[in-house]
Amino acid sequence: MHRILFIIQKEFIQIFRDRTMLPIIFLVPLIQMIILVYAATLEMKSIDMVIVDQDHSPLSRELRGKFEGSPFFRLRGVAESMALAERELHSDRADIILNIPADFEEAMVRNESSGVQLLISAINATAAGLTQAYSRRIIMAFIQEHMPQGSETVALPHISVESSFWYNPELDYKIYMLPGILVILVTIIGAFLTALNIVREKEKGTIEQINVTPVRKYQFITGKLVPFWIIAMLELAFGLSLGRLLFQIPVEGSLWVLFGFTAVYLLVALGIGLLISTMAGTQQQVMFIIFFFMLTFILMSGIFTPVESMPDWAHAVNIINPFAYFMRVIRMLLLKGSGFWEISKEFFSLLVYGSIMLGLAVWRYQKTT
Amino acid sequence: MKAAVDVRQISKSFKGLQALKEATLEVRPSEIFGLVGPDGAGKTTLFRILVSLLLPDGGSATILGHDTQKDYKMIRRITGYMPGRFSLYHDLTVSENLSFFASIFGTTVRENYHLIRDIYGPLEPFAHRQAGKLSGGMKQKLALSCALIHNPSLLVLDEPTTGVDAVSRKEFWEMLAVRRAEGITILVSTPYMDEAALCDRVALIQNGRIMGIDHPDGLVKAFPWPLYAVASEMMYPLPGHLKEFHLTRSAYRFGDRIHLALREDDPESVESFLRSKGHTKISLSSCKPGIEDCFMELMVNGQH
Repeated sequence: MHRILFIIQKEFIQIFRDRTMLPIIFLVPLIQMIILVYAATLEMKSIDMVIVDQDHSPLSRELRGKFEGSPFFRLRGVAESMALAERELHSDRADIILNIPADFEEAMVRNESSGVQLLISAINATAAGLTQAYSRRIIMAFIQEHMPQGSETVALPHISVESSFWYNPELDYKIYMLPGILVILVTIIGAFLTALNIVREKEKGTIEQINVTPVRKYQFITGKLVPFWIIAMLELAFGLSLGRLLFQIPVEGSLWVLFGFTAVYLLVALGIGLLISTMAGTQQQVMFIIFFFMLTFILMSGIFTPVESMPDWAHAVNIINPFAYFMRVIRMLLLKGSGFWEISKEFFSLLVYGSIMLGLAVWRYQKTT
Repeated sequence: MKAAVDVRQISKSFKGLQALKEATLEVRPSEIFGLVGPDGAGKTTLFRILVSLLLPDGGSATILGHDTQKDYKMIRRITGYMPGRFSLYHDLTVSENLSFFASIFGTTVRENYHLIRDIYGPLEPFAHRQAGKLSGGMKQKLALSCALIHNPSLLVLDEPTTGVDAVSRKEFWEMLAVRRAEGITILVSTPYMDEAALCDRVALIQNGRIMGIDHPDGLVKAFPWPLYAVASEMMYPLPGHLKEFHLTRSAYRFGDRIHLALREDDPESVESFLRSKGHTKISLSSCKPGIEDCFMELMVNGQH
């Protein structure tokens, strides 16, 4: 027991003596949060637009005005012909072209069918989808306004749909992203630093000197895990406070449940880091292995895109993806205010998962070869 | 007398390369036993097996009666190991390293300070310097202190003086002599032949095979051939010419001379042979064999 304490003490001395360590622990979360939360936003503003108005009527001018008045669009100009407008789209000066045909007003007044054309640059599929949605909304509103009195549509039963968004009423992207970023941070501290630390001992040869002492395997591993477990927990507390202070992230659920869950989650993260370190011989190998798993697991975890829209095999892979569990749970806890019972399935799954990983790591770590 | 270290026919190979071939040796209590051989001879492999870092493919070894495989826990308590590469924590200070290793052996620096006073004393002014920033000689003293702090019965030192200056090397061997006087058994490897003479007994090892074990004097006395130190005007072709001579057993460069072992003691015919090869200013003097000559002899023997 005393031996474990001595190893922990030694680790803390080394961790805080390393001058890159404190910045990693405190600056990285700050920078990542600010950058990711502001840059990884799905809100579109200033979509560049070119209008081809072949009608030159009061009605077509009114439609133009609607777009100009919208905060989402920025009118780059009015082109004389489609060819000219397409050139703008091609040279990336415009994201969308609105083409108003010559008989637009006439058809509207006569209550005949008429149409406008939207050409959207779909280089970025998400952006194109949003652009289309925004444009449609403006055009639909315009049509509603100018529907001739007494036309057939008015006679149709009118259904109005009122939707409201629960748990994130303003669909604030920050509130959605921030918990995800906390998950990544905590995992990096847990898995990455643990693995690098042990492999560094291998590279420097210091592990040889430890292996000839009476230190037991479990003592060595516990001594290695506890410091990073503590640091990762503090990292979560630090990140959460930053999120609360800078972005007013809601904390609906119990913090006890959140930290309790994180404590178990970290067993998995640290166990994976430890297992990788028993297999890798150099820090470079650790970097590549962890980078591969991190990237795959993060993309599949549901941080950016919902897990529900992924194919079945992805759901199957997510059974071993610790990020997926934590990503779901942290959002449930912070945004929805779920209690322990709602997350107990994930909690116990991770408890089993963590025990397996740690067991494997202790088994793989060999003092004698 | 019971052996302190008893190595019985230990073999070990790495991916087809045989590092040790049925190595057998016995170290007596309280002696300095030297394992002498060139790089890659198998010295480190044997030591790593003894300190329970490596499992042998065949054979067995005991330290003070404890089997290195079955009683590995005991082995780790009673041996102090100093690997060939400096393996203490570079980013911990001198005193932090020492107290860390004391504490994981369940002791304290204060309790066992008397064991290392003469070694650690000169380091004390640097107690708060990080170990990675010490000079080679100081690193070696610190490593020895850390290997001794738990009061081991056996010290296993893998090439402790490689990369250390001459003065520190001399001091180091003096420290080893003190430890032996205190009753500690010391097993030390070295690639330097001159250090072999400082051991109580040496084993010569080459290509994983132990080729001879004796007192340094005994090895030297057992050298079976007359030995001459030869020099001439043309040093470069001299070894080649000497090897052509029919009475030559071996001829090796040794400093600025060639050491020539003869099958028959007939120096005059050597001189006339060399003259016939065009050598002038030939100097031929009888000399005493050293450990290195014995080593060469054993290598030649191994080839025949």
